[in-house]
Amino acid sequence: MSSRIVNVVLAGVGGQGVIKASDILADAAFRAGRDVKKAEIHGMSQRGGSVTTDVRFGDEVLSPMITPGEADFLVVLDPSEIAVTRSLLRAGGLLVPPDAIEEARLPNKKSLNVALLGILARALDLPEEAWRAAIHAALPERLHALNEAAFRLGRETALPRPNP
Amino acid sequence: MERRLLSGDEAVAAAAKDGGVHLGTGYPGTPSTEILETFSTLGGRAQWAPNEKVALEVALGAAFGGARALVTMKHVGLNVAADPLFTSAYTGVQGGLVIVSADDPGMASSQNEQDNRHYAEAAGLPMLEPSDSQEAYDLALAAFELSERWQLPVILRMTTRVCHSKSIVARRAGLPAPKAPAFVRDIKARVMIPAYARPAHRALRKKLEGLRIYNESSPLNVWREGSKALGVITSGVTARHVREAAPEASLLELKTVYPLPIDKLRAFAGSVERCVVVEEGDPILEVAIRAAGIPVEGKPAAFRFGELSVERVRRILARDPRPEPEPPKGKAPALCPACPYHPVYAALHKLDCIVAGDIGCYTLGVLPPYQGIDACVAMGASVGMGLGLRHVLPEQEARRVVSIIGDSTFVHSGLSGLVEMVYNPPPTGHVLIVLDNGTTAMTGQQEHPGTGRTLAHEPTTKVSIEGLARAVGVRSVDVVDPVADPAAFEKLLAERLAAPVLSVIVARRPCILAAPNIRRYEQAAEAKRAAGVEAGNV
Repeated sequence: MSSRIVNVVLAGVGGQGVIKASDILADAAFRAGRDVKKAEIHGMSQRGGSVTTDVRFGDEVLSPMITPGEADFLVVLDPSEIAVTRSLLRAGGLLVPPDAIEEARLPNKKSLNVALLGILARALDLPEEAWRAAIHAALPERLHALNEAAFRLGRETALPRPNP
Repeated sequence: MERRLLSGDEAVAAAAKDGGVHLGTGYPGTPSTEILETFSTLGGRAQWAPNEKVALEVALGAAFGGARALVTMKHVGLNVAADPLFTSAYTGVQGGLVIVSADDPGMASSQNEQDNRHYAEAAGLPMLEPSDSQEAYDLALAAFELSERWQLPVILRMTTRVCHSKSIVARRAGLPAPKAPAFVRDIKARVMIPAYARPAHRALRKKLEGLRIYNESSPLNVWREGSKALGVITSGVTARHVREAAPEASLLELKTVYPLPIDKLRAFAGSVERCVVVEEGDPILEVAIRAAGIPVEGKPAAFRFGELSVERVRRILARDPRPEPEPPKGKAPALCPACPYHPVYAALHKLDCIVAGDIGCYTLGVLPPYQGIDACVAMGASVGMGLGLRHVLPEQEARRVVSIIGDSTFVHSGLSGLVEMVYNPPPTGHVLIVLDNGTTAMTGQQEHPGTGRTLAHEPTTKVSIEGLARAVGVRSVDVVDPVADPAAFEKLLAERLAAPVLSVIVARRPCILAAPNIRRYEQAAEAKRAAGVEAGNV
């Protein structure tokens, strides 16, 4: 059963938009008709601490949390978080690190979260329309164009190599 | 039927809205805070109380008046509200009263990991426990029905994972509106003098036995037939972990965690060869089930600590004795670089103060470089602890003792400490610093009586912290901006420490994260006031 569940961990530090990115991913999967669960711990993380969220989707998701070592994808927004979260990834899983996108090419530094989702989207079977709708639902209208551009930039970026 | 991706907190708020709750009240506390905020956004009447005790009392009064009332708090908040809680089980209610206790196993953002399922048995109140957002929605509605049917407050026990995880929720449309509030006089039921309380206790025990029998056939509890070799009894989010860890097992998922359907538990345990109770936190189900003479297996002591997970459930079921791997250590939270409290901690550090601290963002001042707090226990406790230290320490040490407390925490329960300070002053005096950043910052910028704005950020009467201090008889009251002149702040603190008087220093400067929002609320209020003046209705 669990083989049909897609497990994505998103990690970073407070203020980077990790939770926003996980909301967009979860919503895109929901709009694509999947069962979805998203787990996060917030509160103290507002003060610049580590933030990790788990997004799981598939036919029927039971636990909201991803078992360490069983994540299919690990999207990391801050270089300092790679070492501490890498063990969450399964063998053959895919790490999307923050430098997968050249910072200079981002339409705005704060749009890294959505740009990395664009890279992730290449590996996930979710329709473009679901992504677009999820980005629109999560952000105020004035930020739509900018974030769609960031998402497209990610979409056009090559996937990193999987975890050995 | 509308389906949406909601957190458990949002789901409870949606249930409150759809169930026609007349009044929601509470005090902010992770992971419960978003319930009332969402209820307000959905158009419900929601308000922050100064603390959980007052919140429960307001909700109880509303329920005495026949209204549906919701009161929300984090687990430690129920300690503050415990006094009215216990006796409300005797008085019962007219309208439905649901108390949300949001527990924090693993202490993502709390000072302890107490298991509030104990309160259900201790107070004698029914308790329901959801495992995801849909159940949070369904059980919140069921809790109101149960409360009205049995005329008892009902506790909805949630945990961080249920409160903050999102999953799909289908809301119900066209639910019948609850009865309109109306006062029904019932002196013997509501006035707990001993003569009326004695029969009320007996009546409560009778109700609980009735509820136990009712819970035996409650459709809320889920019995999943599986392997005869292994059966698991569980509740809350743990049920989801168990289904993933042992999909083949027979499962009894309890939603009515108090009173327990003991006959059903006995039948379930008897239907399998090995029956394991898998529960997060204290071994409450295990002890109750064993006390009823039902042979079940519990979990090893190590699993009493922290949250459970699929991996940990696998270990429990496999009786895996190997030590668990350390979870990866991330970056710890810290005071924001531009936090206005930095100069305060710098001064406390420099003057080598002994600091009784309190609950909030500023507790992070305990971390290097300041290591600026020597004790932090409970909301409002800084004032009393500081006074206790002052009373007993040798004079030279006593003079270094300072209590520090945030603005929201001060109004929550620091106020009684302030009264104690003037009533029983230590010989060396005392210094109380109120760190006033104009918001309840740690939980995400909620309003409180000292901000002068309601939960929905509308203007209301503003409680003055310095005014309160003067009113109770503190003669030395200073209001300063610690950022504007850190050296002046340090000098003031040194002077106040040197004098054997009672002193309150309000260190006032808005939280840097909240400041733009505060400005926006103030401008909106100003615009409204100007429009009112123009319309002639001042």
